[in-house]
Amino acid sequence: MRLKLEPSPDHIKEEKIYREMGLSDEEFAQVEKILGRLPNYTETGLFSVMWSEHCSYKNSKPVLKKFPITGERVLQGPGEGAGIVDIGDGQAVVFKIESHNHPSAIEPYQGAATGVGGIIRDVFSMGARPVALLNSLRFGELESPRVKYLFEEVVAGIAGYGNCIGIPTVGGEIQFDGAYDGNPLVNAMCVGLIDHKDIKKGQAHGVGNTVMYAGAKTGRDGIHGATFASEELNEQSEEKRPAVQVGDPFMEKLLLEACLELVKSDALVGIQDMGAAGLTSSSAEMASKAGSGIEMNLDLVPQRETGMTPYEMMLSESQERMLIVVKKGREQEISDLFEKYGLEAVAIGKVTDDNMLRLTHKDELVAEVPADALAEDAPVYYKPSREPEYFREFQNMENEIPKVEDPEAALVSLLKQPTIASKEWVYSQYDHMVRTNTVVAPGSDAAVIRIRGTKKGLAMTTDCNSRYLYLDPETGGKIAVAEAARNIVCSGGEPLAVTDCLNFGNPEKPEIFWQLEKAADGMSGACRTLSTPVIGGNVSLYNETNGTAVYPTPVIGMVGLVHDLDHATTQQFKAAGDLIYMIGETKAEFGGSELQKIVHGSIFGKAPSIDLENETKCQKQILKVIQNGLVASAHDVSEGGVAVALAECLMDAEGLGAEVELHGDVVAALFSESQSRFILSVKAEHQKEFERMAEASLIGRVTAEPELNIMVGGSKAVGLKVAELKKAWKGAIPCLLN
Amino acid sequence: MKFAVIVFPGSNCDVDMYHAIKDELKEEAEYVWHDSESLEGFDGILLPGGFSFGDYLRTGSIARFSPVMKEVEKAAKAGKPVFGVCNGFQVLLEAGLLPGAMHRNESLKFICKNVSLKVENNETMFTSAYDKNEIISIPVAHGEGNYYCDEETLARLEENGQIVFTYHGENPNGSVKDIAGIMNEKGNVLGMMPHPERAVDPLLGGADGLKLFKSILKQWRESHAVKA
Repeated sequence: MRLKLEPSPDHIKEEKIYREMGLSDEEFAQVEKILGRLPNYTETGLFSVMWSEHCSYKNSKPVLKKFPITGERVLQGPGEGAGIVDIGDGQAVVFKIESHNHPSAIEPYQGAATGVGGIIRDVFSMGARPVALLNSLRFGELESPRVKYLFEEVVAGIAGYGNCIGIPTVGGEIQFDGAYDGNPLVNAMCVGLIDHKDIKKGQAHGVGNTVMYAGAKTGRDGIHGATFASEELNEQSEEKRPAVQVGDPFMEKLLLEACLELVKSDALVGIQDMGAAGLTSSSAEMASKAGSGIEMNLDLVPQRETGMTPYEMMLSESQERMLIVVKKGREQEISDLFEKYGLEAVAIGKVTDDNMLRLTHKDELVAEVPADALAEDAPVYYKPSREPEYFREFQNMENEIPKVEDPEAALVSLLKQPTIASKEWVYSQYDHMVRTNTVVAPGSDAAVIRIRGTKKGLAMTTDCNSRYLYLDPETGGKIAVAEAARNIVCSGGEPLAVTDCLNFGNPEKPEIFWQLEKAADGMSGACRTLSTPVIGGNVSLYNETNGTAVYPTPVIGMVGLVHDLDHATTQQFKAAGDLIYMIGETKAEFGGSELQKIVHGSIFGKAPSIDLENETKCQKQILKVIQNGLVASAHDVSEGGVAVALAECLMDAEGLGAEVELHGDVVAALFSESQSRFILSVKAEHQKEFERMAEASLIGRVTAEPELNIMVGGSKAVGLKVAELKKAWKGAIPCLLN
Repeated sequence: MKFAVIVFPGSNCDVDMYHAIKDELKEEAEYVWHDSESLEGFDGILLPGGFSFGDYLRTGSIARFSPVMKEVEKAAKAGKPVFGVCNGFQVLLEAGLLPGAMHRNESLKFICKNVSLKVENNETMFTSAYDKNEIISIPVAHGEGNYYCDEETLARLEENGQIVFTYHGENPNGSVKDIAGIMNEKGNVLGMMPHPERAVDPLLGGADGLKLFKSILKQWRESHAVKA
């Protein structure tokens, strides 16, 4: 007996019910053509989720093609759960970033928590041990109660999941801007380690092999999550709360340990996380990638609720589930393995040779669809692109220096900007030390974790200054990649590769699509020049609230290899008497800067310029002097310019100060956001050798007086006690929240 | 000396404890799954941190029913060192091997940072390598570390020198009398919220926790030297 009356195929077509599921008229016609008949309700559901932007990248594919995805060290590029890069000694690093923006806008705690859970599964489904988590967050200005609520709950959700599962959250970045008022961004990244021999893929090979379901039971939560993620937010979005999943990090901890034991078994053929579009995407993709088919009896799917329909089971996004293919006849030992962890693993189907995804329920055939049609044949759209008017206007503006009466007051107020201020309030809620490998904890340029049993380490960071991208997406795209690489290099790592999360507005608007294209151009260019291929990532479009898009925000997650942990470097000044050097040239560039935003209340003009060849040269030099043991501290100059960078070098440097002499216009020297600049400190005994190897200007020295003194062109511009700087910087976020 | 590192479903500092023993103390350690019914052959029992059974109920309240806990009780009775950190401490409280209970942190937030501790009692098998009143730096990472007990218990703890560590300067969770770690009357069961196993390698920012494990080892060696 059917508990729910589902619309008939004819009814679906006539009443255009497919539209509610997110399929367009053309797409529905395409489905009809592929099947040679009308799809039933379940089948319409399968197509609608698999052809959503979230699963199919139908709008972003032409853009994603721009990225370089290969490299000597790349073992796995885009297309699997996560990308994999060789790090020598038979080991590899596995990583990926993913968005959970829409769920977090509606239900911030669970939205963020399940974002973390999902990205962890992507990594351990490759057979890798997750060793670190990072994130990248965007919120509106920290003023309205709603934004404060979103911020606090997102942080709590990330903490709740990561802390419980026991993977350290070691890094991240947060920006606050009115552009994200109604549509926060929550991107989570996971980094894992694997031995080459253990790499697993999500492929259903071997006709007759058994398809097993492992982990949590399927419930009615998260149905149509992938479709929801591919729509704009509006007043009705609150009603989509049931599309948000609920996380169970304890369950995932058990699943993680069980799966890592499983990957050592020769009974395992393939494994894939049931992420977005749950059972549908995992089964269709595993079959499609292997060129096989899958047949499943939905009666056997472990269910949390009674009376679930095939449609509900296939579209549920209940968390902490895995689909695995095992050799026929080995099912019992797999069930026993999961049983040890108190988990269910049951056979629900088999691999076939006819490329079909075939589902039965209560002895009825309820869906029969070519797996490729779902996984591979989604339409690809080449969206129209148009340069927005604002861009031309901004490009025609002259670089203008904001008026600053009192540089000291400006510095203090910059340090209080939530985007610049200390994020200790955030990362002290994350267990960033568990697994005892965290060599450089949150708060420096990049986090560094040790690879246990070796001298090596991994440096990792997330980065994106979306204000620059808004002003000029191509230049901003270059800067995002370059800045991520700067963070890695300043921490003593050699940049390896990139995972990206493209957070944009509605691609059906030509101006938004233009932003996406241009940003991808800039990022690809930088990835090529810096030799950091893109090994995977995620696209999150439709980040709009009531018709207004967020700033273009392609978050870069980058991982680097620290060849010897002796090279791990932090931004803090280390000892009085050390020499302070600056690398790079300062120009009057304030477009999209923090200072411009403070002074004018808005951003405009040109983004800071960047020369990628010069960038690469600087980074290579810095890495070399660090690897030669000549550098005491290294920090890149970013938001707020040199004055803020110098202050940051002093924040945790107990009892130290700095005396620095700069040149040129006072405001530009202190606060310009010119690119490719770095602050390094060097022991006096290394001066000669350092200067021989690096093109750097000596700008001052570290002192034993806890004061920051900056002279510009011979007159004193800043003379502030470090305690005062610290109070502004550390107190800002807690103060705004209380 | 051979240590058992008890692993409950949801333990996640088991690896840290194991490596602290193996790599830094350079003694033997073995993981013991929570359903084990014997702890024979182990000289010391370690209950690591984490979220046993998800800690969805009161922290540690489910783990205390795991089969291995009977063996932990036996070991405690037999006078073997039993040491619980963070969630391990919470489990020892729930199991009644230590007095008192935990509240959520006063801030209602999880907190992870280095804190300063004062060694209140260095005449124990866990702290003999420290000086009395020595100030050490050890990380905390917990959401429920706000130790609480009734006045009578507190008076007894103070009188017997059972308060082994207190927070020095800043109290991160609001615990009564700044308590960070306590032991049983007999002096062979210690529970503490801060994680000494995370502070055993200068590469990770400090090694103040190592002396705790060295103290345990020293006591074991001395007691076995006598027997031999």
